[in-house]
Amino acid sequence: MEISLRDAVTVVHGMFFGALLLLMFTGAAMGLYASGASGDHWTPGPRQRRYFSIYLALMALLAWLAVLVGAYAVYPWYRAHAPAGITDLSGYPQRLLMSRPSTTGWHDIGMEWKEHIAWFAPISLTAVAYLVARYGGHLHAMQSVRRAVVGLLALAFFSAAVAGFFGAMLNKYAPVRGGVRIVLMHAESHGE
Amino acid sequence: MANEAGDPAPPNGAAAAATLGAALGAFTLGVCALAGDASTAVAHVLNVWNPTGPLSGVTAVAIIVWLAAWFLLGRAWRARNLDFRRINRLALTLIIAGMLLTFPPFMDLLQGR
Repeated sequence: MEISLRDAVTVVHGMFFGALLLLMFTGAAMGLYASGASGDHWTPGPRQRRYFSIYLALMALLAWLAVLVGAYAVYPWYRAHAPAGITDLSGYPQRLLMSRPSTTGWHDIGMEWKEHIAWFAPISLTAVAYLVARYGGHLHAMQSVRRAVVGLLALAFFSAAVAGFFGAMLNKYAPVRGGVRIVLMHAESHGE
Repeated sequence: MANEAGDPAPPNGAAAAATLGAALGAFTLGVCALAGDASTAVAHVLNVWNPTGPLSGVTAVAIIVWLAAWFLLGRAWRARNLDFRRINRLALTLIIAGMLLTFPPFMDLLQGR
């Protein structure tokens, strides 16, 4: 069972940083709901608020790691220029997608949108983490600030979801692959 | 307004700065993405790290504007209470504009393609 270095970095970018971030949005939504709810059972105390702030800061960190690894490690492999005359474009994902009318849209719309909109997530999540850390205990009373937090969180979710969807689809049609081969496990054939 | 411990609510100026700063960052990202797409000269200027191409400059400029706006607005507004509904409306407008400017079919529409 092997994986190439580029595959491994892409997995870390999308399936670890990206997918984990998307999963964490559910917890963030529930935490925000609790911050704004007025019932005794839902109102978080100082300790819960501190944990929630750390949780949001972790989400912001994951979003930054996802975009930085994506833009500075995976993207250069994706957009690598193919040497003239080459017929096997499997090592050049962008060129591979653009070589066929049925797949060029995945680059022209998918990657072109993903590479920009993904950055909205870390920016807005950093603001969300700051706002909750600074105003956490007052958010239930400061309705407009709470609306800003909810809006920024929704923006981060939408951006991360768009980036995640197109990332997965792009990797289906033109995987970023190559580099050193990493052996994950040796398996023996068991036949039928 | 006070929390359950009785602490008075801090002024909302710092929250306004963080919200508007993020919106300005998103809007700048959209403007730079469009500019880089529309002009080869701008794309060349934004190409600060060749393997990543113009995306490196687009995002660097957006991050600088975001942090600068957050810092400057935060200093100016930290002790003030602002009309936060206006801040939210302005932020929403900037974010929607920024998002549209990153959407390739909308970029093409603006450039008459």
